[in-house]
Amino acid sequence: MISGPYLLLALMEGTVMAAVLALTAVGLSLVFGVMRVVNVAHGEFFMLGAVLAWFVAQAVPGPAWAAFVVALLVAPLIVAALAALADWAVLKRLGYEPEATIVATIGLSYILQQGALSFFGPDARPIEAPFTWRIQFPWFGYSGYKVAVVVAAVVILLAVWLFMNRSRAGLVMRATQIDRDTARAFGINVDRVYALVFAMGAGLAGLAAVLLVPIQQAHYLMGHDPLLLSFIVVIIGGLGSVRGTLIAALVIGLSDGVISFFWSPTLAKILATLFVALVLVFRPQGLFGERA
Amino acid sequence: MLRLEGIDGGYGAVQVLRGLTFAAAAGQVTCVMGRNGAGKTTMLRAIMGQVRVTAGRILLDGQPIQQLPAHEVPRHGIGYVPQGRRLFGPLSVAENIEVGLMTRHKGAATRERVLDLFPRLRERLDQRSSTLSGGEQQMLAIARALCLEPSVLLLDEPTEGLQPSMIALIRDTVLSLKAMGVAVVLVEQRVDAVLSVADRVAFVTGGTVAETCDASTLTPHSAQFARYVGV
Repeated sequence: MISGPYLLLALMEGTVMAAVLALTAVGLSLVFGVMRVVNVAHGEFFMLGAVLAWFVAQAVPGPAWAAFVVALLVAPLIVAALAALADWAVLKRLGYEPEATIVATIGLSYILQQGALSFFGPDARPIEAPFTWRIQFPWFGYSGYKVAVVVAAVVILLAVWLFMNRSRAGLVMRATQIDRDTARAFGINVDRVYALVFAMGAGLAGLAAVLLVPIQQAHYLMGHDPLLLSFIVVIIGGLGSVRGTLIAALVIGLSDGVISFFWSPTLAKILATLFVALVLVFRPQGLFGERA
Repeated sequence: MLRLEGIDGGYGAVQVLRGLTFAAAAGQVTCVMGRNGAGKTTMLRAIMGQVRVTAGRILLDGQPIQQLPAHEVPRHGIGYVPQGRRLFGPLSVAENIEVGLMTRHKGAATRERVLDLFPRLRERLDQRSSTLSGGEQQMLAIARALCLEPSVLLLDEPTEGLQPSMIALIRDTVLSLKAMGVAVVLVEQRVDAVLSVADRVAFVTGGTVAETCDASTLTPHSAQFARYVGV
């Protein structure tokens, strides 16, 4: 039976899930929106963020919070740099041709996954949360770190929005997204923009993973669920629509949290997939996407 | 001075330009006329580096530019108003102008000069550009290119689908640019529009310039218009 405190707890879990999902999916949406590249390796960039965070945290001596802060700063940057390298070495050489880049990013995902297995091993490994204080409700206590994850995700998403809509670099990205030939006719180095966007998308996935890893442990196969859910969110929200992605992340995250809590995580995934199928049938451009 | 010497080029395996030679001088309006598919737009796109040039040279003030990446070409002072305007539709008028200004790192003074030329745009700076009227969109497309303070301006059928008052405004703008010493290359299909602004007219057919005339030697009934344009 669904009672008030349980529902509150489920909604809070769902909000944490939605926050991490929004960060991950916005990266995927950004890459598709600007580059028209469906990045199948996005989940592995997420995994890489968590795995690198573990390595960084192990290497930093001192208190847990210091190791976490260094991991939070360094791991997403390394992920972004690797993504920029992949863009230069693979995607650019394929001329960003849509079908070819799908196949290439599938290959890239296996390389990243097997690389993580080789260097990180098959075990799940935790990172200590930077703090352990709890928020005490009348019915239960709740992790203060999880609340901090939600706040951090909101701040990062706001920063992404400001970057895209209020900075010159964001204007250049939006112009490239709209018409890359005309962008070139106004001095925009489209190849450089693509490298930056691909790095930024992967970096956001890496950042989401670092935030999540004190809750969920790092593992070389952990990229599957974020990839699936990110695609679900991006398709429902509308490919390339950041606003739609955020709203869909909230809906899917909350529903996943509540359904997983009261029934089962499998049922939550089944319902989300069914919802995607309905969206694809009745509104293929997504709820907030524009018809091509 | 812009000069094309024996240009071959096209899209993939399809060759469109065949040994095309063309010149545009500073302070002159050089019109380009020809039937659909003759290669006029491809010629402009080749100058902008958007079409692969397989032979020949494109010289800007004597310096070859045909090997430059497409995004480097406008930084050398070549402004482009493409066919169909190709505005960044979801962006505002102000943002479209900002993109133009960024090309050659121009600032507020250039922005003010351009907006003085098109005061109607100043009233609509925050408006999404795709919601402007056709004439206003063309103004914005020209304004965006003028933000480069170009020494060469390429205009691809800027009067297409516009009402007479707007055509007159564009003609006046072209003439004032000419007076400022800009080399204007104008692709245009309408004979009256060409004769009202052109110093020279190049007739393109089969991907090459078949004939170039002083505009003063042409009348609306000249044989070249029937031969190369079909009017």
